[in-house]
Amino acid sequence: MVEARDITFGYSRPVLNGVSFEVSEGELFALLGPNGSGKSTLIKIVVGLLKPQSGSVRVDGRDPALISRREAARAIGYVAQESSVRFPLTVMEMVLQGRFAYGQLIGFESERDLVETEWAMSVTETTEFAATPITQLSGGERQRVMLARALAVKPKLLVLDEPVANLDIAHQVKMFDLVRELTQKTRMSAIVVTHELNLAAEFATSVLLLKSGERIAAGKPDEVMTEAKLRKVFETGLIVDKNPVSGAPRMTLVPTKSQ
Amino acid sequence: MKRRSFTGDRLSVRRLAIVLGLLVVLLTAVFVVSITIGSERVGLLDTVRVVTSKLTGQLANVALEKQIIITDIRLPRVLMAIVVGAALAVAGSAYQALLRNPLADPGILGISSGAALGAITATVFAESLPISRPVAAFVGAVITIGIVYALGQGGERTGSERLILAGVIMNALLSSIVIFLVTTASGARQRNVLSWLIGDLSGEPALLIPVALFVVSGIGVVYANARSLNLMMVGEDDALALGVEARRVKIAVYLAASLLTGAAVAVSGAIGFVGLIVPHAVRLVGGSDNRLVVPAAALVGSSFLMIADTIARTIVAPRELNIGVITSLVGAPIFVYLLRRSN
Repeated sequence: MVEARDITFGYSRPVLNGVSFEVSEGELFALLGPNGSGKSTLIKIVVGLLKPQSGSVRVDGRDPALISRREAARAIGYVAQESSVRFPLTVMEMVLQGRFAYGQLIGFESERDLVETEWAMSVTETTEFAATPITQLSGGERQRVMLARALAVKPKLLVLDEPVANLDIAHQVKMFDLVRELTQKTRMSAIVVTHELNLAAEFATSVLLLKSGERIAAGKPDEVMTEAKLRKVFETGLIVDKNPVSGAPRMTLVPTKSQ
Repeated sequence: MKRRSFTGDRLSVRRLAIVLGLLVVLLTAVFVVSITIGSERVGLLDTVRVVTSKLTGQLANVALEKQIIITDIRLPRVLMAIVVGAALAVAGSAYQALLRNPLADPGILGISSGAALGAITATVFAESLPISRPVAAFVGAVITIGIVYALGQGGERTGSERLILAGVIMNALLSSIVIFLVTTASGARQRNVLSWLIGDLSGEPALLIPVALFVVSGIGVVYANARSLNLMMVGEDDALALGVEARRVKIAVYLAASLLTGAAVAVSGAIGFVGLIVPHAVRLVGGSDNRLVVPAAALVGSSFLMIADTIARTIVAPRELNIGVITSLVGAPIFVYLLRRSN
């Protein structure tokens, strides 16, 4: 689904330095790394918002920066790290924006648009807010609305930049559950940037570790999320063992002082 | 959770039709009242007779001097209020959507001053060619929005305060240049120009038709991009990712909004706050979807300016107040209220 080869990008100093990765159909791909490691830049390149200085990206076989925005938008659902909306659009109006690439520039939404929108709101549990202005929602509720908008696209690839940053633990799990369920059922692929290592280990099918714009490791969570690699990438004390229930890698922070 | 019953969960064709229908009725009523009221008494019925006779081509049974007052004096001025009001209100909603800032307004951002400088320059160098004024005002508006946008764009995010501050600074600078040009121009014209600067609809009936054409095409371009603007209001990257050709939309709408501002300023000076309060009122009642906000703002802006002009003509009769005084008296407190609420 996604093929990135030797992506290099940088303004005055390099942000990404020859990063390659692949995401197959139906995969939930987690992108991990410390702040400033280039995660957001990398996914903006995948979405087609930025053009790499060298290297190539293919999403569903096509370069997202070279096809029309409309065409790219029908394949990729994207939720940015944060959006501050200052106009009181209703939640349903927000989610309907996901259907923009399917409609006419002038005119109204079709029946199909409404069906997809209602579906997206129901799976993200935002239907009850349909008529509420987005400006009145809490940060977590707003994040679910933004996910609903990306799902209304009916994308082949869902790209989420820190989707659980504002969520309580129950909603964090729900969010990952939902994304995993969608990738399994609909063969949609997902790329998720997150700082929640344990959730990534639990839900992701593949993980990419990024540091200072370099790929450190990529592969299955239990191959990549080892004590040595994570310590190297995040430069903090932690121990890795197994989640007693699922068997996935379990990270426990060990503050430097108690080491 | 508070729900707005009338606006519902999304803009429907039905709501759009109801709102626009009511606003057309409002506009018509305000229009008839505006040409009826004035220092010379004319009956409401006489106004209706004269207007229908104009439309049907039949003779009206109304005293000739009253007919002249209505058709030659008040009608051009009220029509100008319609054109200018629609232009400023739509320009305001366009700038607000593009800048993702509900406080944007051609006056507050200094764009009107840029247009005024353009118009003044045209007056100084090409007085015999009146059409050069709206064209030069358009150029002035385009250049100003470019500078304000660049100044307001600081670091990571464009804060609304920074943008407004950039507008205030440009306003001060451009107004000084305008005053300098006016002062060095010949004395007899000075009073007229100063009055025009504050906002005055009495000036240029000859430009009514070309300016109306500018305004209609400007509103057309903004409306054609209304759906894209709904997405641009949320964020440019978001809009791009969802399929909006953001660059093209931005250029088209900036140019259209500048055309609207330039056309309005060229004939009526810098009438402030219309672009701020009208779109805000429309959103409050009808929701934020630009497919409704743009046409509704045009209708409300027209009605608002006709009312403001009627007040300006009559409140200190037989003298006249500048219409800009009325709109600022109404608009400035509303701006302060919105600014406080936005933080």
